[in-house]
Amino acid sequence: MIKLEPRGQHSKLMAWLSPVLAGVLTLVSGAILFGLLGQDPLVALHTLLVKPISDTYGLAELCVKAAPILLCAIGLAVVYRAKVWNIGAEGQLLMGGLVGSACALALIDIEAAWVLPAVLLAGMAGGLLWAALAAWLKTAFNANEILTTIMLNYIALNLLIWSVHGPLKDPDGYNFPESAMFSDSAILPTLIDGTRIHLGMVFALFAVVVVWVLLSRSFLGFQIKVLGLDASAARLAGFREKRLVWISLLISGALAGLAGVGEVAGPIGQLVPSISPGYGYAAIIVAFLGRLHPVGILLATLLMALIYMGGEMAQIDLGLPVALTGLFQGMLLFYLLACDVLINFRIRIPALSAGKAVPATAPVNQETAL
Amino acid sequence: MDIDLLSNILYAMVRTGTPLLLVALGELVCEKSGVLNLGQEGMLLMGAVIGFVVALLSGSVFLGFLLAIAAGVLMSLLFGVIALGLNANQVATGLALTIFGTGLSAFIGSEFVGKPIQGLEPIALPLLSDIPLLGRMLFHQDLIVYLSFALFAAVFWFFRSSRPGLVVKAVGENPHAANAIGLPVMRTRYLAVMFGGAMAGLAGGYLSLAYTPLWVENMSAGRGWIALALVVFASWKVERVLLGAWLFGLASILHLVFQGLGFGVSPNLMATLPYAATIVVLVLLSRNQVRARLLAPMSLGKPFHAQS
Repeated sequence: MIKLEPRGQHSKLMAWLSPVLAGVLTLVSGAILFGLLGQDPLVALHTLLVKPISDTYGLAELCVKAAPILLCAIGLAVVYRAKVWNIGAEGQLLMGGLVGSACALALIDIEAAWVLPAVLLAGMAGGLLWAALAAWLKTAFNANEILTTIMLNYIALNLLIWSVHGPLKDPDGYNFPESAMFSDSAILPTLIDGTRIHLGMVFALFAVVVVWVLLSRSFLGFQIKVLGLDASAARLAGFREKRLVWISLLISGALAGLAGVGEVAGPIGQLVPSISPGYGYAAIIVAFLGRLHPVGILLATLLMALIYMGGEMAQIDLGLPVALTGLFQGMLLFYLLACDVLINFRIRIPALSAGKAVPATAPVNQETAL
Repeated sequence: MDIDLLSNILYAMVRTGTPLLLVALGELVCEKSGVLNLGQEGMLLMGAVIGFVVALLSGSVFLGFLLAIAAGVLMSLLFGVIALGLNANQVATGLALTIFGTGLSAFIGSEFVGKPIQGLEPIALPLLSDIPLLGRMLFHQDLIVYLSFALFAAVFWFFRSSRPGLVVKAVGENPHAANAIGLPVMRTRYLAVMFGGAMAGLAGGYLSLAYTPLWVENMSAGRGWIALALVVFASWKVERVLLGAWLFGLASILHLVFQGLGFGVSPNLMATLPYAATIVVLVLLSRNQVRARLLAPMSLGKPFHAQS
């Protein structure tokens, strides 16, 4: 019989070991799964995790996939620090892509250097407004942000589909549900010739640094952290709770919007019905896996982007369904939650330690697991 | 509006509301015991894919439903082990269950997308189905719709007049007091979570075997989340869950109503209606913080440690 015993304090070591452990468990489960599917587990794991990034093009593609995930996840780090559960990065990303596309299509005949900044700002505004809706619903009406942001995701998706079938459809596009291709002045420049890596990755890395400074060096970041750790303490200190909810949601919305517009003005180059294979949801896993810390999130993003690429590679090379990506994402999050138990509890096997005194237990803060 | 159109609308309203009713009833029982399981969408999808694949391979829709329920229960057990057994945060665990269920269902169903299957047919009850207006709505439906009526009545009775219903409520309101008088808190919560899983699995089977007899990735389209909002809408009262489910069913088929009346509105815009309605409902019911807190089970979402 195995028993869980409170550690009495939060284990810093386990907080960082747990994501690694979750990753290892996911790999082991993956290998077993491949074995059951009749694949050689080692070959399959190699195809999934090594082959996609074994050349320069692959590494560049990794950055192409990482950019939107990183932008969404770094924004989520800010809101989640405030314990505001924004599940709406996906919808905010889609609205960023939609509004940015509307702007790019309106300026399609103009060739000027200001077109691209205008498109990017429009995209950020789109994501920001979508998050503002959730902030308004939460602060003015006390509506649960988990449910409202998920509903807003579905609304954003339907608005996007409506616009590519209606107002933004390419008039010369043979009735396909797609917009016209953007003009060159609305397209993000690529960083390396022959690859698709674009300026979006630079924005994402810049956002990581800004959020790091914000969270660890600014009074605003301090207020956000206090609000998340203990809302009543924040109120007692005179911090304005609603203002912090607004600011953190707007930051995360704007970054997700930038991720969306970066996709349409980057690798895609037009508005299509499916601009995101769930980057906004993957970012939730990344934010937890990275312990809401900018560096952790950067590492977790690279892993997540690799899983996306690996899923595609496994489909091409091994004939496995591309949905493998979603399965691995789900397993990763589940194992993380299970391993996080070890932050506050240690495993004790009474049969082995019979006779030893049980250490005194102190109250354990449940919330620290997130 | 002629009576045939109205009768058809009512019929479609109940059909569309049935999966919402099933999931919401299951989640209601779960939340009454103090457990918030946000994984409904994931369990729904797993029920849908397992039900479909089993029915397609075995040729038995009945077996499909049976294993859809089993899949829902297994998924809910996964939630139970982590959220109840390991005391993990219920919100995060539920979210993980949804993400995992979405991924796993897409993986299992990838080879079965778009394959046709003979779905469940409506059964007209003699005489009753001839009642004007309500006959088609209530008495010319398929078996699962009738089962949803029965399950609604059963859950209503369970909380109104049964002792186990009282135990569930006691555990949800104050687990420590319930534990002190010797009620099995953990066992009650596990059973409530598993009931929620069974209902979500059944609802998933209904989607892929009766409502639209086919499998498409993510075919539940947020119904699990809408059902969660429905429980809030119902203020944790069983009778209001039925009303809410059918109202949301109506909101989901309004585009058909508009088409019937000759208005041309984009179906994609109309598709946003149930989601927008969910937000409106949440706003109306959460505005008053004190009232919202009084209605919810007191220990909802809080982990329980037995103090020995």
